[in-house]
Amino acid sequence: MTTKEKWTRLQQQQGRVRMIFEEVDCAALLRKAISLGQESIIEWIESSGLRGRGGAGFPTGRKWRLAAAQKADRKFVICNADEGEPGTFKDRRILEEQAIKVCTGMALCALATGAREGIIYLRAEYSYLLTSLEETIQEFHLLLKKLDLPFDIVIRSGSGAYVCGEETALIESLEGRRGEPRNKPPFPVEKGLHGFPTVVNNVETLVYCAMIIERGAEAFRRLGTKDSQGGKVFSVSGDADIEGIFELELGMSLASFVDLFGDGDTKAVQVGGSSGHCVPRKKFDETVIGFEGTPTGGSMMLFNSSRSMYHILHNYLEFFEEESCGQCTPCRVGCQQLLRGIEAIKKGEKDAHYLQELLRLARTMSVSSKCGLGQSVANPFISIAQNFREEILY
Amino acid sequence: MIRIIMNGSPMEVEEGTRVLAAAQDAGVRIPTLCYHKDLCVAGNCRVCLVEVEGQRALQAACALPVSEGMTIRTNSAAVRAARKHVIELLLSEHRVDCLKCARNGNCELQNLAEEYRVEEREFIDLGLERSLDRSSPSIEKDDSKCIRCQRCVRTCTELQRISALTVAHKGSKMRVDTFFGNPLGDVVCSNCGQCVSRCPTGALVERSSIDSVWSALDNPKLHVVVQTAPAVRVSIGEELGCEPGKRATGQMVTALRRLGFDKVFDTDFTADLTIIEEGHELLRRLKAKLLDHDENTVLPMFTSCSPGWVKFLEHQFPEHLENLSTCKSPQQMFGALAKTWYASQAQVDPENVVVVSIMPCTAKKFEADRPEMRSVGARPDVDHVLTTRELARMIRQSGFDFGKLEEQAYDTLLGTSTGAGVIFGATGGVMEAALRTAYEVVTGRPVPFRNLEILPVRGMEGIREAVIPIEGCLPEWSFLEGVDLRIAITHGLANAWELIEGIKAGRLSYHFIEVMACPGGCLGGGGQPIPTDMEIRLERMAAIYEEDRQMPLRKSHENPDVQRLYEEFLKEPLGEKSHELLHTHYTAR
Repeated sequence: MTTKEKWTRLQQQQGRVRMIFEEVDCAALLRKAISLGQESIIEWIESSGLRGRGGAGFPTGRKWRLAAAQKADRKFVICNADEGEPGTFKDRRILEEQAIKVCTGMALCALATGAREGIIYLRAEYSYLLTSLEETIQEFHLLLKKLDLPFDIVIRSGSGAYVCGEETALIESLEGRRGEPRNKPPFPVEKGLHGFPTVVNNVETLVYCAMIIERGAEAFRRLGTKDSQGGKVFSVSGDADIEGIFELELGMSLASFVDLFGDGDTKAVQVGGSSGHCVPRKKFDETVIGFEGTPTGGSMMLFNSSRSMYHILHNYLEFFEEESCGQCTPCRVGCQQLLRGIEAIKKGEKDAHYLQELLRLARTMSVSSKCGLGQSVANPFISIAQNFREEILY
Repeated sequence: MIRIIMNGSPMEVEEGTRVLAAAQDAGVRIPTLCYHKDLCVAGNCRVCLVEVEGQRALQAACALPVSEGMTIRTNSAAVRAARKHVIELLLSEHRVDCLKCARNGNCELQNLAEEYRVEEREFIDLGLERSLDRSSPSIEKDDSKCIRCQRCVRTCTELQRISALTVAHKGSKMRVDTFFGNPLGDVVCSNCGQCVSRCPTGALVERSSIDSVWSALDNPKLHVVVQTAPAVRVSIGEELGCEPGKRATGQMVTALRRLGFDKVFDTDFTADLTIIEEGHELLRRLKAKLLDHDENTVLPMFTSCSPGWVKFLEHQFPEHLENLSTCKSPQQMFGALAKTWYASQAQVDPENVVVVSIMPCTAKKFEADRPEMRSVGARPDVDHVLTTRELARMIRQSGFDFGKLEEQAYDTLLGTSTGAGVIFGATGGVMEAALRTAYEVVTGRPVPFRNLEILPVRGMEGIREAVIPIEGCLPEWSFLEGVDLRIAITHGLANAWELIEGIKAGRLSYHFIEVMACPGGCLGGGGQPIPTDMEIRLERMAAIYEEDRQMPLRKSHENPDVQRLYEEFLKEPLGEKSHELLHTHYTAR
């Protein structure tokens, strides 16, 4: 395919979804939600099959229902806008262009769960968005007042730690402490911010919630596959003919994805950012982009044959070695050992057998780390070290 | 009740129980490092991992509450493999220097390494350089031995509300540090040493004075006297192989003599003296306030025996320094008297008198070093302070079989004491001792409690209060007739903070408050044997009160040597000599 043909096909494929960046009448949408009532909102979100778009993929409707069932004086809705996964930049554009829909999604969650307080936890690097977001929130508050909806949104800025994208670390950070993940249970829906039931949803998830109420659960459900319903906003980068942000159906094969975006020489795709899986060319056909296959929070990094997979893995490990919060042993020390380990192998200080040792360590990290950060370091490590063993060793 | 299956056996446990405790009930010990009974659960070391059916990841037993039908395996292949990995990772980050470490033989990491036979170290040594902070006279900190369990941080924050130690940086650079990395000697640390008591490794230890004490003992020109704090006699045995709560006063005295001390004296003696001075100070303040309506007199009066508490107040609430009793602590009263009155009585040159104290405390090292604590010349009144742990080490070095030592008595002059002196070692003890004396001074009658045991002030509750009605006063104290003396006792600086906040907000009002920096009072001090937990502290407490019951004299003012001291030297409580030697002042920090 020529680049032009790719663009044409991409337009067609995007045309089937078109949800996130579509203009909608949020006032009408909220009026509709009010008339639906709490239970129906939750049912619609549940039956849409929507799963969290931040990467972990927890069913959104179930999360809302769990929070709704809690009896508490206060409840919170937090929009997780701490978009820190390397290679992910879609929430930024959503917040630039569709902040009002993000707010609407939060208000829907508030309606569904009984929360009255909303917080947007904004990545430190996105502080340039503060003014425009504040304006949108002011405008939105006026709308809420007209609708007599008792809900309020404030913005809180992060301080630059990757781990604060993890929901309990985010909550710790909001409470004024070091961003360190908590023990779970209790989960935030039971005991979250200041000990009150809290729903933490990704920016994109909230906008999809708004669109599900706008267009109905069926409109969402008919997109994608049985296990991965709906659309997804992808951040495409790397050695790509076409780069940028695209909303596509979930469940497509990686081969078709690479056909659309690749430069014809794609040797691997890192699906899901630094904490995701690296898929080599020989597995493009069999890899489904979705929860039943290789899930992604949106990041799709393409690498062509000019890239050294050792350097790519080294780069990810450096990132994790620095961004681990440092509290738990497997993640804090494990990341250092993996990094130093591949360096030692490269320099010949450790033999090839040591890579097996590191793979075992990575598996331990995936089951013993306290939070998703430490657990997911194994994803890039194992997928790169196994699929590109020679590049790591020699 | 919740039904669970632990290693194949069904059992019932109460809702809310954590897997760690449930396993313990089932007779299974799950190894831990970051877990400590006194502290909130962190779940960060990941040593206590267990397998829970249906969960992809292993779970931290210390943090995970049981749920209905939960099937737990504490010793599966996956658990053993992960645990061993975690221990190996910790060792790769730890400067393994066991033979030279103060905690060799009493190190939780070492025990685990032994238990899991971590023989060949697979992982790369992360090569932490030794980074010793010896700026504090009480505590030394070596980051290269730190396993980042944050027990010290939780201790400093939760129990003491000081946060001198906190977590800094992230990832591989994450470490336990002070504010802006300032030296430990320059920060708000109270020197209480509670972090030392809870450090699983040798990252935090006391500054040792053992070598200085040996060289003093080895010098024939010097006259070396030793004083032993009340709480040491009920804990020294623990460090030498006895069960917690063992009373070993007589053996300890014998051991000290055998170590070569010229005189073995008792801090209990100056504890009795403190009661006389402090009791009179309280009465004087009450008189000034209630009778003379003197606006410059401040109440409540705070006790000043605990140097951790004193430094805490100097940092955190300098506006309340006037509330602190001006009395020096028993340790410092002893030091001042040893180099003046005792030196003249024993006819030794004060220049040649060396005072060593055995304390359950690390803050006492700082206190001895304070510039105010120099009565004779430029040398400190107390030359060297050893913790209970350091004394035990000296006894071990000497090769005595502690259990077989005969029981000997203290030397007289500065060694006679009463039960009131010994209870200084437990929270509430100073208050009880003060009441035994002050009540009798004012009314001419003993305190109206059976067997002199003032039970309302005893116990482990963080803040305790009582009202003592004063009736039937002697004529000179008639202004106290009908007064309800309101008192409070607190221990652990987080509790002290809460109490002061209550007073500041006007919610609480007292005449006299006893504050001890450490949980349980001195018996839970930062220089005491490791480990510590509530059960151990209760055993030590029971031993303290038993010690009191066994004493022929139970009231400070009945101490014959204290009486003689007043007759021959001090003349009167709060007199000129007392002012010079036994009282001090404080500095806002």
